Amino acid sequence: MRVLLVDDESELVSALAERLSFRGIEADWSSKCYDALTQMERKKYDLAVLDMKMPKMNGIELKKKMQEKFPDMKFIFMTGHGSEDNYRAGSAEAGADYFLVKPVDIDTLVEKMNEVLHK
Amino acid sequence: MKGLKPKFWDYQDVSADNRERPFNFRRMWKLTIFLTAGVALIPLISLAIVDYHVTQRSIESENLLRTARLVSNARRSISFFFAGHRAALRFIVKENRFETLNKPGSLEQILGNLKESFGGFTDLGLIDPLGNQRNYTGPFKLLGKNYSEQDWFKEVCKRGAYISGVFLGFRHIPHMVIAVKRDLPNGFFYIIRATLDTKNLNDLLSGLEIGGQGDAFVVNRKGILQTPSLYHGKVLEKASLSVPKYALRTRVFEEKDLNGTPFIIGYRYISATPFIVMVVKHKRKLMKSWYKTRFDLMIFLAVSIIVILGVVIGTATYLINKLYAADLTQISTLHQVEYANKMASVGRLAAGVAHEVNNPLAIINEKAGLIKDLFIYKKEYGGDDKLLGLVESILSSVKRAGTITKRLLSFSRHTEVNIRSVDLKKLIEEVLGFLIKEAEYRSITISLDASDGIPPVESDEGKLQEIFLNLANNALAAMKDGGCLDIRIRPKDVNNVLVTVSDDGCGIPKKNLECIFEPFFSTKTKKGGTGLGLSLTVNFVREMGGEIAVESTVGEGTTFFITLPTKMGRKERRNI
Repeated sequence: MRVLLVDDESELVSALAERLSFRGIEADWSSKCYDALTQMERKKYDLAVLDMKMPKMNGIELKKKMQEKFPDMKFIFMTGHGSEDNYRAGSAEAGADYFLVKPVDIDTLVEKMNEVLHK
Repeated sequence: MKGLKPKFWDYQDVSADNRERPFNFRRMWKLTIFLTAGVALIPLISLAIVDYHVTQRSIESENLLRTARLVSNARRSISFFFAGHRAALRFIVKENRFETLNKPGSLEQILGNLKESFGGFTDLGLIDPLGNQRNYTGPFKLLGKNYSEQDWFKEVCKRGAYISGVFLGFRHIPHMVIAVKRDLPNGFFYIIRATLDTKNLNDLLSGLEIGGQGDAFVVNRKGILQTPSLYHGKVLEKASLSVPKYALRTRVFEEKDLNGTPFIIGYRYISATPFIVMVVKHKRKLMKSWYKTRFDLMIFLAVSIIVILGVVIGTATYLINKLYAADLTQISTLHQVEYANKMASVGRLAAGVAHEVNNPLAIINEKAGLIKDLFIYKKEYGGDDKLLGLVESILSSVKRAGTITKRLLSFSRHTEVNIRSVDLKKLIEEVLGFLIKEAEYRSITISLDASDGIPPVESDEGKLQEIFLNLANNALAAMKDGGCLDIRIRPKDVNNVLVTVSDDGCGIPKKNLECIFEPFFSTKTKKGGTGLGLSLTVNFVREMGGEIAVESTVGEGTTFFITLPTKMGRKERRNI
C-alpha cells in the first residue's frame, strides 16, 4: 500500500508518515498541494490522506485535481476544524471515502485505510 | 385585590440594560383612564348639574307661582265677602229712611232677610248722628248705647263705611263689625251697623286647596290672627310670623323660622279692610316630589358614573395589558436575537479556538505517537518502560483535550437550525460533559437514566442542547454542594418522550412558580441573571412542539418535565 499524506502542518504529516512506515505502509508526505501533485506524477499512490483546510487550495479541490489524473485513487480526509457531522455533506459531495478528525488515532487511520482500499 | 392588579403594574425591566423604554404602562393606563373618563363623565356630570339646578329652580318658581295664585284667590274671595256685606248694608240704608228703620220691628225683618240671604249676621243697629243706638235687633241689650267716642264711629262718619277687625267686644266671642253711613241733603245722617260672626270668613279660608301642610289665615296690620291658623297661633293672638311689608300687589317670598325650617309665604293687603291674607307653606313638603326625583337622579348619576368608570378602567386595563404583552414579546424577541447572535459569536470563537488547538494537538499526538512507535519498533530506543509510560500519558492527555475540542465544535456548530433525528441520551451526555467538572468540584452527583427503546426525537440539536444546558445550569445553581441531579428519559407514549430533570436544591416558592417562564422574571438579577434562561427554554420546547411543566417544593427540590415529540409537525418546522 502506497499512501500520500498532504497537510500544511509538515511536523504533523512527517511524523504520521514515519509512524505508518512502522506499520508496513509506504507513506510519503507533502506540506504543499502543488508539491503533492508533482509528487504524484513521479510515483503511483493507492490512497491519499488529505487535510481539509490548507492554504491556496483546500482538500476537496486537491482531491478533484488528483482524481482527474488518477481516477482509481482513494481518499481519506482529515480535519481539525470540525466534527464528523461538519464535513459529512462536503466530503460526500467531494466523493471522499472516509475522513477523520484531528488528532487522529493511528490505529483507526490504518484500519480505515485498509477498509477503503478493500472496499 | 391582588388578583385585580394589572399584569403591567409592577413591571420592571430586569434585563439590566439601559435601553429607553418606549412605554410607561402605569402612566399610560392612568392617562387613558383620566382622558376617557373625563371625556365621558364631564359632559354627563355637567348636564346633570345644569339639569338639577334648572329643574329645581323651575319647581321652586312653580311653587311660588302657585302660592301667589292661591293668595290672589283668597284675597278675591275675602274682598267679595266684605264687598257683598257692605253693599247689602248700603242698599238697606239707601232704600229705607231713618224713620222707617227706627220703627220697632223693622230691623228684625231686615236682619231675618240678611241672615237668610248672606248668613253670618248676628245683629243690626241704627245709630243717629250723636252716636246713640236708636234701634237694635240682636241677642244683646245694646239699645241706647252711645258709640260717639268709639273709633269705628269716628271712622264711619269720616269715610262713609267701616269694616272692623275681629274682636271679642262685650260678647266675648270673635266677631267683626260693618257700618255704613247715609248722608241726607239736609246735613242729617244715620248709620246702620251690623255684627258678623267669623264663621263664614273662616269657612272661606278653610275651603282653599293649599296642600303641602300649608296654612291660610288672615291677620290684621298689627299681626294679630283674625282667623284660625293651623300652625301659627290662635285667633286674636299674635301670629308667630312677622307682619309682612306693605305692598299693593300679591307678594311671595321665602323665609326660615328659628329652627331653620324654610317656608314659602304669600300675602296680600286687602284694601278698605284692616286685613292681610297670608298663605304659608312648608317648602320641604312642597319639594317632596322633587327630592324623590333628585334622589332618583343621583342614583342614576352614581350608577352611570360607576358603569362608565368600570367600562373605562376595564377597557384601558385590557388594552394596556395587550400592549404590555406585545411590548414584552417584542423585547423578548430582541433579546432572543441578541442572545442568538451572542451564541453564534461564542460558537464561532469556540470553533476557531478548537481548530487552532486541534492542529498543535494533532502534532503532539503524532510526535508522541512516533516516540511510542520508536520505543516499540526500534530496538535502540526500546526497553525503557518509564518513558513509554510518559508517552502513553501524553497520548491520553491529547485524547482528552481532543474530546473537549470536539465537544466545543459540536456545540458551536448548532447555532444554525438543523432538524434531524437526535439521540436524546447522547445529547444529554454531551451537555453534561460541560458541567461534569463543576459537579465534581462541588461533590454533586449527576445521574442520567434512560430506559431501553427510547426513540430518537426529531428536533434541532442546538436548541435541545441549550434547553438541557439551561435546566442543568439552573439545577446546579439551586443546589448545595453534595446534592443530586437526576435526569431520566422515558417514553411517554407512542409519539412523545418525557425527560425529567430533578434536583434536590432550594426549590421555587409557590408565588414564583407562575412567573418563572415569563421573560425577564429573575430572582438572580443582582447576580447577573437576565430572566431569559427559562423563557428561552420554554420557547425552544414549544417551537419543537413540546411541552414543559414544573413541580417544586421549597427546601426539597424542583423537577422539570419536558415532553418532546418524536416527529416534528409541519407547523413546528415552519416556526422553528
